[in-house]
Amino acid sequence: MNSAGERLYNGIVKENPTFVMMLGMCPTLAVTTSAVNGLGMGLTTMVILALSNMMISMLRKIIPDDVRVPAFIVVVASFVTIVQFLLQAYIPSLNASLGLYIPLIVVNCIILGRAEAYASKNPVMPSLFDGIGMGLGFTVGLTSIGIVRELIGSGKIFGAHILPASYEPISIFVMAPGAFFVLALLTGLQNKVKINLANKGKDVSKIQSGCNADCASCAAKCGNAKE
Amino acid sequence: MSDLRNVSSSPHIRDKVTSTNIMQDVAIALLPASAYGVYHFGIKALLLILVTIATCVATEYIYEKLMHKPITVRDFSAVVTGLLLALNLPVSATWWMAVLGGVFAILIVKQLFGGLGQNFMNPALGARCFLLISFAGRMTNFAYDTFTGATPLAALRAGESVDVFQMIVGSTAGTIGETSVIAILIGAAYLLLKGVIDLKIPGTYIVTFAVFILLFGGHGFDGNYLVAQLAGGGLMLGAWFMSTDYVTSPITPAGQIAYGVILGILTGIFRCFGASAEGVSYAIIFSNLLVPLIEKVTIPVAFGKTKAEGGK
Repeated sequence: MNSAGERLYNGIVKENPTFVMMLGMCPTLAVTTSAVNGLGMGLTTMVILALSNMMISMLRKIIPDDVRVPAFIVVVASFVTIVQFLLQAYIPSLNASLGLYIPLIVVNCIILGRAEAYASKNPVMPSLFDGIGMGLGFTVGLTSIGIVRELIGSGKIFGAHILPASYEPISIFVMAPGAFFVLALLTGLQNKVKINLANKGKDVSKIQSGCNADCASCAAKCGNAKE
Repeated sequence: MSDLRNVSSSPHIRDKVTSTNIMQDVAIALLPASAYGVYHFGIKALLLILVTIATCVATEYIYEKLMHKPITVRDFSAVVTGLLLALNLPVSATWWMAVLGGVFAILIVKQLFGGLGQNFMNPALGARCFLLISFAGRMTNFAYDTFTGATPLAALRAGESVDVFQMIVGSTAGTIGETSVIAILIGAAYLLLKGVIDLKIPGTYIVTFAVFILLFGGHGFDGNYLVAQLAGGGLMLGAWFMSTDYVTSPITPAGQIAYGVILGILTGIFRCFGASAEGVSYAIIFSNLLVPLIEKVTIPVAFGKTKAEGGK
């Protein structure tokens, strides 16, 4: 359950933050107007997620239970600030197109969710790979939404013209409503694929070790248990 | 066993009215407006209407076939959706816009939410707004034949004077089905006589809108301006045919009044203070979203209960 490979598979497929857990919807809907933006946002989040998971896992015995959320936010905010400075220095174009959404990674609920559900209870290496896996899952989700929206909404993929010039872009797809359409359709599609796989006897269920690893079930079960 | 009784559960008395009857009546009632549209805009309008209807029916059939659901294309609702969508398109719309709109209306707005009776938004208007946002230039290009003028509402907004008589007859620019007030009212009268719709929603809608225009239109009691606002844009088509859609309007009597008032106010706000001269489509689909809330607060008191006990 805690091996690196399993954490990666869990983050990308079983508990994909975008399509399965429906976490981090604000950046998912807002920045995926193009494939590049989706990829950039996903990778930025992945770096922060991996680092913050690692740091929080290291500090998990020191952080008092009562103030754990503020402590997590301080850690996450520090990494976000570092990453934003790096982006400003080395990839200014991405920084410009993501804009406000980079500082907003601080309150991205995937990061806080993984800190709460996984990193604060598990050793450093699995937490690191959990962060990378979840981040990759988020990247896959954002990039695929971005590809579809960019293709339909402007006829391009990663800025390269794919469809013939006679194609008239359906511009609603690069606006907010298009994000909802594409997210819903892709989520439906991956559910369909998973149901087909499950029918063939493959285990793709997201229910795992309950409180320890499943982010979505944590708030419901463990949260109540603690009260 | 001579006193054997036939026991069955309610309902014991059934009406002959079915969804199919109602949809057929709506389709018939739309014929005058469609016929005028074809007469006014030419054969292209007829082609657009046919393409849109065919797309809607085909989409419904294919989706239900693929999903192994009962085939409901015979209930005429897809035909009505297609016809309404076509009447909401400018005659300069291309065939692929009609196809795209038809697929969007049936697949996304109607079937994905569960089919007839489950859709939360009027499919035809949802599709119209989808096209309007995506292809703003094409959807607001009302030029046809030799006539290249703006719609009466756009002219009105620009401060020009409009010929109210022309607007009522329908010889103006606009979407295929919205221009002729007379043709729309003939269809509406048919629906009223058949009892398919009543005056609650369209009546309160139009009255509220008129009051709003008088108060906030900026023209005072200018009869010409008021009639032009009432006859212009999609107000008549929307009030009589689209705000009265059974699925997306409240079923409680008080709710229908509230719904009409909200529609009137929203249309007034969009037309007077919005960026566009028109606002009926957005007002209706926005109010569609409020319908569950409206119904929740207007549940009538059930027979035999007091007000304190409520109708729950």
